[in-house]
Amino acid sequence: MNNKLYGKLIIELSHPGRKGYSLPHSEYEGYTPADLPANLLRGKAPELPECDEPTVVRHYTNHSANNFGVNNGFYPLGSCTMKYNPVINEEVAAMQQFAGLHPLQPAETCQGALRIYHELQSMLAAITGLSQFTLNPCAGAHGELTGLMVIRAYHQSRGDDRRTKVLIPDSAHGTNPASAAVCGLEVVEVKSQADGTVDVDDLKSKLDEGVACMMMTNPNTLGLFEHNIPEIQTLVHQCGGLMYYDGANLNPMLGVCRPGDMGFDVMHINLHKTFSTPHGGGGPGSGPVGVRAGLEPFLPTPRVVKDADGTFSVKTGRYEQSLGSIGQFFGNYAVVLRAYAYILTMGRENLGLVGPLATLNANYIKEQLRDDYLLPIDSPCMHEFVFDGLRDKSQGVTTMDVAKRLLDYGYHAPTIYFPLLFHESLMIEPTENESKETIDGFIEVMHSIAREAQTNPDEVKGAPHSTPIGRVDDVLAAKNPVLTWKHTQA
Amino acid sequence: MSKVLEGLYYSESHEYVRIDGQYGYVGITDYAQNALGNVVYVDMPDVDDDVEAGAEFGAVESVKAASDLNSPVSGTVVEVNEALADQPELLNADAYANWIIKVEMSNPDELNDLMDAAAYEAFCANH
Repeated sequence: MNNKLYGKLIIELSHPGRKGYSLPHSEYEGYTPADLPANLLRGKAPELPECDEPTVVRHYTNHSANNFGVNNGFYPLGSCTMKYNPVINEEVAAMQQFAGLHPLQPAETCQGALRIYHELQSMLAAITGLSQFTLNPCAGAHGELTGLMVIRAYHQSRGDDRRTKVLIPDSAHGTNPASAAVCGLEVVEVKSQADGTVDVDDLKSKLDEGVACMMMTNPNTLGLFEHNIPEIQTLVHQCGGLMYYDGANLNPMLGVCRPGDMGFDVMHINLHKTFSTPHGGGGPGSGPVGVRAGLEPFLPTPRVVKDADGTFSVKTGRYEQSLGSIGQFFGNYAVVLRAYAYILTMGRENLGLVGPLATLNANYIKEQLRDDYLLPIDSPCMHEFVFDGLRDKSQGVTTMDVAKRLLDYGYHAPTIYFPLLFHESLMIEPTENESKETIDGFIEVMHSIAREAQTNPDEVKGAPHSTPIGRVDDVLAAKNPVLTWKHTQA
Repeated sequence: MSKVLEGLYYSESHEYVRIDGQYGYVGITDYAQNALGNVVYVDMPDVDDDVEAGAEFGAVESVKAASDLNSPVSGTVVEVNEALADQPELLNADAYANWIIKVEMSNPDELNDLMDAAAYEAFCANH
């Protein structure tokens, strides 16, 4: 790997006057700044990098080679469903017929795009057992917020303003309490019992007429199926609250069971996880929100609706009981396209294999590694599971060390130190796409690292050794992050 | 092994309170700083804020996680440990020497609900 240009910013490679490209004649030639309104003119020229083309290409090519994605290797990042993204998704999303669309162009000129939007809504409703979806939310947490706003609007529409509490299990993703807080609701934590699932007795003690809803992730963040869902949903509904399903872990459910059938009223789906679109590094994502029958009026706008004559139109504005707009236009449409392509290429039959295969892969890894890694909760898992570090911690090798050492072997690290229920959490999610050879290779490396932790602990504690940058100083990065570049020359 | 000091009162969420007359010095235990790892930020309340036993009064952020701080006692904050604003790592260096808030207690009877050193040591051994 050529790392000569790594560690420098493109602007640091700049030489005044150097050019890689001659601009063609401009249609604005002949205009001078004096022809523009004075208040729109900038005081001095922007400090843009000036480089020759080979330098630019090498700089970015070398940067890209230092990246690691699901196209580079196995990526068992728990809770993130880093499944392979089929190339056909990218081809569809890049088609000029879609990429060239403008969100404000008249509906009659983009009927195909609207039809796909409408059909994906229906597909998601069928897959989840709910009545209606909006595809507008731009990511999972945006979906959570939208879903909670639907729930709040529902209670308020009945004149019930007392319902301000959101019940959230202590194993939940951090986005759940954050979304509730952003929505102006109060977070009430529900404890887990020893087997890692929701403690129903603790839940009972927190139920009253102030409960707006309960948010649940199923399977939960430990990768365990919440087997008390029937009782939980009955209890919450009896006290007048609604059930919210966090779809972050929908993957193992695909084709097996549906949140709508379990009694959930509102949910979001992370299209970028479950329905295979590139994610990580901040997006773009898509967090469609679905509701059961009766809650449709509260969904946001714009909405794509199918008219009686079979054509599609767009309803905008704040009408009836709708929340109105929760973002710009229709969310991340390119992600919608990828998910649509994924569902159609998989088909009903193969989509039904996703959950069982993801679950099989996770259980296989768990059983193969439990002799070397501590399994705090011993029960069959769903698509992911959590170890509490190495079984033998006598050499002081931590979960962080194991994760860093994996990088040396060419694997992405699992999720570490989440969930917070254990001190040394190491959370593995293989997804359904991986071959047995890939998974066996990972298992072998995890065994090797466990052996190294005994025979050569310093090697593990000092990892990674083969990456462009070694062990990062987390404390310095958290306390003194350098986020801007300052021009040092005169 | 984590250090547990005699004479302090301990909560199940791993805070301690050291009593000095009507005042209580509240911090996190050695076990807590060890579990958290390198502390990079301490979110503290303001002087004159009221705190309630069992309720959140701030948070500690480490390279691993952010955790709520729960007050073991009720009362009013009379002082916060300003040194932690610039040097949160003091909690890792000595969690007991570096208290986080000083509380004027409104209900000293609450101390009866907390653990002594022996009970807390046993509690940690099981968690």
